[in-house]
Amino acid sequence: MSWKALLGALALAIVPFTSADAFCGFYVARADTKLFNDASKVVMARDGDRTVMTMASDYQGSPSEFAMVIPVPTVITRGQVNVAEPALVDHLDAYTAPRLVEYFDEDPCRRMMTERAMAAAPRAGAVTTDIPWETRARALGVTIEAQYQVGEYDILVLSATQSGGLTTWLREQQYRIPAGAEPVIASYLRQNMKFFVAKVNLQRHSAGGRTFLRPLQVAYESPKFMLPIRLGTVNARGPQEVFAFVLTRTGRVESTNYRTVKLPSNLDVPIFVKSEFPQFYRAMFDTAVQRENGRAVFLEYAWDMSWCDPCAADPLTPAQLRQLGAMWLEPGDDGPQPGPPIMRPQPRRVPQQGGAVDVFVTRLHVRYDRDTFPEDLVLQTTGDRENFQGRYVLRHAYTGPSRCPEMSEYQTSLTKRWDKEARTLANLTGWSLESIRSKMRMDGRRDTLDGGPSTGEKPWWEKMWGGNGGPQKR
Amino acid sequence: MSRFEISATNLRLAFLADARHVQIAALSTLFALSNVWSDFGAGLAGFAAAFAGALSAQALGARWRSEAFEWRSALVTTLGVSILLRAAYPGFWFAAAFIGIGAKFLIRWRGKHIYNPANLGVVLMILAGGGAAWISPGQWGQASWIAGLMIGFGALVLSCARRLDIAIAFFGTYASLLIARALYLGDPLAIPLHQMQTGALLVFTFFMITDPRATPDSRFGRILLAVAVAGLAYHLQFKMQMRPGLLFALAALSPLTILLDRLMPAQRFNWSHPKVGEPPHVLESPPRRARPGDRPVHVR
Repeated sequence: MSWKALLGALALAIVPFTSADAFCGFYVARADTKLFNDASKVVMARDGDRTVMTMASDYQGSPSEFAMVIPVPTVITRGQVNVAEPALVDHLDAYTAPRLVEYFDEDPCRRMMTERAMAAAPRAGAVTTDIPWETRARALGVTIEAQYQVGEYDILVLSATQSGGLTTWLREQQYRIPAGAEPVIASYLRQNMKFFVAKVNLQRHSAGGRTFLRPLQVAYESPKFMLPIRLGTVNARGPQEVFAFVLTRTGRVESTNYRTVKLPSNLDVPIFVKSEFPQFYRAMFDTAVQRENGRAVFLEYAWDMSWCDPCAADPLTPAQLRQLGAMWLEPGDDGPQPGPPIMRPQPRRVPQQGGAVDVFVTRLHVRYDRDTFPEDLVLQTTGDRENFQGRYVLRHAYTGPSRCPEMSEYQTSLTKRWDKEARTLANLTGWSLESIRSKMRMDGRRDTLDGGPSTGEKPWWEKMWGGNGGPQKR
Repeated sequence: MSRFEISATNLRLAFLADARHVQIAALSTLFALSNVWSDFGAGLAGFAAAFAGALSAQALGARWRSEAFEWRSALVTTLGVSILLRAAYPGFWFAAAFIGIGAKFLIRWRGKHIYNPANLGVVLMILAGGGAAWISPGQWGQASWIAGLMIGFGALVLSCARRLDIAIAFFGTYASLLIARALYLGDPLAIPLHQMQTGALLVFTFFMITDPRATPDSRFGRILLAVAVAGLAYHLQFKMQMRPGLLFALAALSPLTILLDRLMPAQRFNWSHPKVGEPPHVLESPPRRARPGDRPVHVR
């Protein structure tokens, strides 16, 4: 092949890459993590080797029964632990949630935008030293690297020479360690990891007057950038669910040892999904997991924290992000205070006054069990700053009284569109086409279902008379 | 034999006459797999930028060294860079291929390249990129990994059977280290098996560490290099937590080739005579003196 021919081929290959994708639309609903039972939420802020991990629990039982055991790469001292307000994690969850937006078709006769904003309703000191148990710990080869109290929690950082000793000691201290956890604990210990153990101090918890447990935050410096999930797979409760919200300076975060896949997005779905959005999101996620044989990490959101379009909730302020661990933001970065955070859905929000916020957020959703995710999730920060969001679109048909030749063409296009929406929804959720069509029928999409053509082809009578019968009332 | 059969046979022999044709076919398939099966796979924009970089460096280098312009090498490096490298800007793909091919002309020892061009280019971009260039080793998934394994293995056997030794030595050592780690930690074998299923490992094994122009001439030398690269790669990945450990290990140890060739001299590889066994009969033509217009055999 000659030089010129190669360069010609090169030029052709470059052509298709310029595409503009602009959108707006009215935000109507979001699907947050509360839709999934037993889902853990972890916020990680990562810069270089520095990590801040915020672990939120949706634990509903008695605080006396609560305990958290997680492997950490280094010993965690008192100053490295903090408690955060749950509202911060909920806010980040709401900001990054998959969202439903709606558009209203313009009058095909007048070509004037008819915009009707929909009011989107908001959716809803030191642990007392106890010599005997410390002695017992020593006897079992367990080293208590640190012990302290933070907020309503009593915290221990443990290392051990033998996993058997550690599990025995934890069980003796009334921690419920599931059967089968020992080999996993042994593996972590051999990788020189420590165990961070937290339980609720009932006295301080009741003195605080709170009815919920606040998220625990741990800061450490280690080249290890991973999410320990193996302990979650040892119990027999079936697949576990985790949402990881990762804050970085450079860009999107991905898994290096599992496939990261984008959640299906930017698809037109029938109008009735508006009232069934949570069910839709769950079914869509189930289908997506099945399609990947359960072996993928799903990207649900990747966005520059300075803005959103549309906003499922306001972007978090620099002060809030700092509380969630974005240690690189200085207090002076806050700029003018935008007022109290808005959890209510908003249309597009441009970058905040006072400059862009140096935070890129990635929301990953993982459903895992021992077979599909045998090892911990290893993560890496990439330089990819391309925005992505889970976004589903409702398109309202124009129902006004206009009469013009374009109207019949428009109505034919609607039939085709509704058919496509039904098939898209069936494909996304695994719901039967028949049940979807029946719900659409209740929504007023009669043409797709009752004798009307589903392929977009004009009916024989319309072909015969030229479709001059004026607009049909639906 | 009909006329058609004769021409088909000739076509096949002509295709196999240069081992790089098989490599290009296999790498193109892997590139397409990555492009289609992964949301964050190899992109056409990266490919175009890398190709532009490789062609420019090849043209400049060939003119400087007074050698023929060799598009096959440029395409092999382009595909390697496109499959492995991910970057925030197309300039990184361009620079990776340009530097990789450029180094082939600049850094030579007794007419042999020290570095595999794609390996060197990708490693330098990751080091210089400050987070804007990276590799995504986890993007393949099981099905595409198995497909990639077959394609890579097939391509190696077809194109360069003699180099199967270095691939087997490397993969064997690396897999043994992963299994040994799991046994030491008490982990189930599902973990090392899972760790082997990365596309980057396949491309590295079949198309990078096996590069005949940048690896020792003697079999023992190649096996030594493969074992050393596997050991260093393991250390970088699991002790230093460096994700592109494989690529870094090869780039760091490639200069060992000079030492190994000096200690264990052997016959130099030639792209037109890649096999040790019976080569296709068209390659059996008697040696003749070089004539003006002949394609140089030491260009890659």
